[in-house]
Amino acid sequence: MAFLEINRLEKSYGAMSVLKGINLAMEEGGFLVLVGPSGCGKSTLLNTIAGLESISSGEIKIAGRRVNDRRPSERDIAMVFQSYALYPNMTVAQNIAFGLEMRKVPKPERDKAVAEVAETLQIGHLLNRKPSQLSGGQRQRVAMGRALVRKPKLFLFDEPLSNLDAKLRVDMRTEIKRLHNSLGTTIVYVTHDQIEAMTLATKIAVLKDGHLQQFGTPAEIYNDPVNTFVADFMGSPPMNLVPGELVMSGKAYAVAIERDGTAPVVLPIANDRTVVSPAGQKVVLGIRPEAITDVDGADRNAKNVIRVSCRTEVVEPAGSDTFVVTRLGGKDVVARMRSDAAVKLHSTTDFAYNMDRAVLFDPASGNRVA
Amino acid sequence: MSVAAITSHTTSTEPPRTRRGFEDWLPRLVLAPSFAALLVFVYGFILFTIYLSTTSSTLLPVFDFIGFGAYSRLFAIPNWTVALKNLAIFGSLYIILCSVMGLFLAILIDQKIRAEGLLRPIFLYPMALSFIVTGTAWKWFLDPGIGLEQTMHALGWTSFTFNWIKDSQMAIYTIVIAAVWQSSGFIMAMFLAGLRGIDSEIMKAAQIDGASTVQTYRRIVIPQLRPAFLSAFVVLAHLAIKSFDLIIAMTNGGPGRATEMPSTFMYSYTFTRNQMNIGAASAVIMLMMISSIIVPYLYTELRGEKK
Amino acid sequence: MTAQVSTIADTRSESSPRSAPRVLLYAVLILFAIYYLLPLFIMVVNSVKPLSEIQGGNMLSLPAQWTLEPWQKAWNEAQIGVQATGLQPYFLNSILMVVPAVAISTILGALNGYVLTKYRFPGHKIVFGLMLFACFIPFQIVLIPTARILGTLGIAGTIYGLILVHVVYGLGFTTLYFRNYYEAFPTELVRAAQVDGASFFKIFYRILLPSSGPIIVVTVIWQFTNVWNDFLFGASFSGPNAMPITVALNNLVNSSTGVKEYNVHFAGALLAALPTLIVYIVAGRFFVRGLMSGAVKG
Repeated sequence: MAFLEINRLEKSYGAMSVLKGINLAMEEGGFLVLVGPSGCGKSTLLNTIAGLESISSGEIKIAGRRVNDRRPSERDIAMVFQSYALYPNMTVAQNIAFGLEMRKVPKPERDKAVAEVAETLQIGHLLNRKPSQLSGGQRQRVAMGRALVRKPKLFLFDEPLSNLDAKLRVDMRTEIKRLHNSLGTTIVYVTHDQIEAMTLATKIAVLKDGHLQQFGTPAEIYNDPVNTFVADFMGSPPMNLVPGELVMSGKAYAVAIERDGTAPVVLPIANDRTVVSPAGQKVVLGIRPEAITDVDGADRNAKNVIRVSCRTEVVEPAGSDTFVVTRLGGKDVVARMRSDAAVKLHSTTDFAYNMDRAVLFDPASGNRVA
Repeated sequence: MSVAAITSHTTSTEPPRTRRGFEDWLPRLVLAPSFAALLVFVYGFILFTIYLSTTSSTLLPVFDFIGFGAYSRLFAIPNWTVALKNLAIFGSLYIILCSVMGLFLAILIDQKIRAEGLLRPIFLYPMALSFIVTGTAWKWFLDPGIGLEQTMHALGWTSFTFNWIKDSQMAIYTIVIAAVWQSSGFIMAMFLAGLRGIDSEIMKAAQIDGASTVQTYRRIVIPQLRPAFLSAFVVLAHLAIKSFDLIIAMTNGGPGRATEMPSTFMYSYTFTRNQMNIGAASAVIMLMMISSIIVPYLYTELRGEKK
Repeated sequence: MTAQVSTIADTRSESSPRSAPRVLLYAVLILFAIYYLLPLFIMVVNSVKPLSEIQGGNMLSLPAQWTLEPWQKAWNEAQIGVQATGLQPYFLNSILMVVPAVAISTILGALNGYVLTKYRFPGHKIVFGLMLFACFIPFQIVLIPTARILGTLGIAGTIYGLILVHVVYGLGFTTLYFRNYYEAFPTELVRAAQVDGASFFKIFYRILLPSSGPIIVVTVIWQFTNVWNDFLFGASFSGPNAMPITVALNNLVNSSTGVKEYNVHFAGALLAALPTLIVYIVAGRFFVRGLMSGAVKG
């Protein structure tokens, strides 16, 4: 049975609907990341799970118990806020203990619990300080301590790393992942950062305009995006989306793509793919930058590697890799080459297209067709 | 960690749904007494006063209806005409002089002067005083028998006369003097806050463009103070219509009824002349005057807030 | 609101002052300072003079003979109405009126501001707008019905009646202050406390109130000044026994009988001014903050 279950959840403010029929389910010990651009409803969804906002219809179940009408304090959850929301008038220790105090846990037990959490998070030396005397990273740890101390069934994180600088953000990300692994807690985590989503999640829910776009494991979301929005939103640099036409090449499907100056490129589709569109249809080819490489760098296990020569427009060495931009179908197409690949600017170079990893979308709806 | 103890509290028997209902309603219950009191004491009473103005009430309220005759009788009373005329003179001079002086002082204070921390409180302290107190000071200081005139005589300027407060043509201007003295420091503070809100880089840019100090203020700074002017106008206009204490303390409406204002008119017709319906009608006119200034102001201010 | 206060303190860099205009600038500012201080100076100087010195001539001169008799007379001998009690009992009346009126309206204002920012409900803006408008009405519009209802409640002419009136008509301002202050208070803190299991009043008491020091001071000073200085309600509803000091002072100064003891009038005026003046000197910046946010919201 799923640990967190959200069924047909709707939320509207007056006439404005912000969450439209959300269905989600997650197992105990999982790490669910809600991701999407700002205004997509991800924070609202988190707040409804917390009970901080009421829902218009549908139901939310935590550990099999329907919690729609429960106050936040009755849902056995804890939450880490974007601003950390540390009570400015209380010390770190008082902040962490406040939730226990409200639940009338006796003082000796509270002190013991605070000490244990402080040890886990290595904030023992900060316990008597006020939040204003802490650095950003320290506040972040205290906010997590306040959540951890109650050992709730469910942890909610609302963009907890967005106020930290880049270096600290990566460190805290690792820290959160380690805590999740060692404590086995169940977490729902909101972010707009797709890298955070990929690195932390066991399940990702991609939202846009209050609609759930796709729900699946990070690998599913990354490799099998259901539409162009998910394909474009997840991954950096994003998936190349190139307009083309579906054609028959012998018995197999292929995509023909216009190329400046010369004849169109014809890229065959892997045999095992189900194509739902008839030949002649306009399509959008989706292919990740790392599936376009220099010829020697191509995946040896791939069955469908096509060699295409294109003129290089921009060459961006990034240290570990070199990104090369070419023009195809009127779009910039980014290829990810090995850093030692010999590429010259404004010269015609051979690229290896790993078509095993290519997907096709309908240009009008953006949905997957293969 | 003491998990058992904690979870036993949080997963206790399910509370009945009404508890959440009560918590949901509690905030509104807390607000309700205040709101109800204001509904009755402000809006209910406004309606009641409007109703009284259509009755034949004199010494005591009479609950009948004689139409809106009280209003036409009100405007036929010479004292009321005097009151309106005085309000026009007082109000326009009060608003203009306070704004000019307030802006002037604010600009002076804004010149990076040394003793700002000492001067600002001196300009502002009259706002902390009761009009009855300051009215007493001005009443005797402007009194020709013992005040300024007498002092000038004592200093040797024997031809000096300043008897406005006893002169029915000029008495209203003495009220203006005292009122401007009392409020201009406040208006200075409003303009000063506005000036300090202007981006100092704009001032630097104007300097680089070769504008003189006067040009910078006239062309660049003062036009940006529009919101402060609007706030100052609203505050001053509503204070002018409401001013009552100062007149009572300085002239008590006299000499004769020469410094009558709508506020004193309402008070005397209601409580000493026993013409309650006329008094109520004059109060309604005062409310209408203030509303015509305040309602649009509050509407735009509240609508301007996000969410 | 806090932003407004901080903007009053200038942070711009010093520019090189040229001397001649600077001298003029300071001269003008000092002249204005003298003008603003003049009435206070007159009151102080003439409150410690014998009456004959005032009648004889120069109101601006320092006393030739210093005396505290006018102060003593104003405090407990002067004729107010029919009784020669001085201002003393009325000073006490004002204190008895001010303390509960300020306390109650501040507490209610704080709770109202809390609800109007952190527990919004449909129509909260209209409720606030209606409360705000109440700050600006000319009180003449409510004088007659208020007098009636105080009579009905049996508290006409008493200090209780004045307390009630000042609480009700002060609510608009106290609510405005707290609402604007709590508007800037992070809602996430309230949510964190809700998740932590704190109730409505617990959140107010434990989370908001400890951070409300400045706005409580602003509100208390504003209400104290307003209620202490009020004349209209005092004159309309107090009766002879519950008269606040402003009304008593006006009776003293404007009584038509007997010799006009100007020095006693000035001493009395200073007595009536002293509490608000002391508050202004001690906590003036909070008073100014209150004035400003009453005028310019947000």
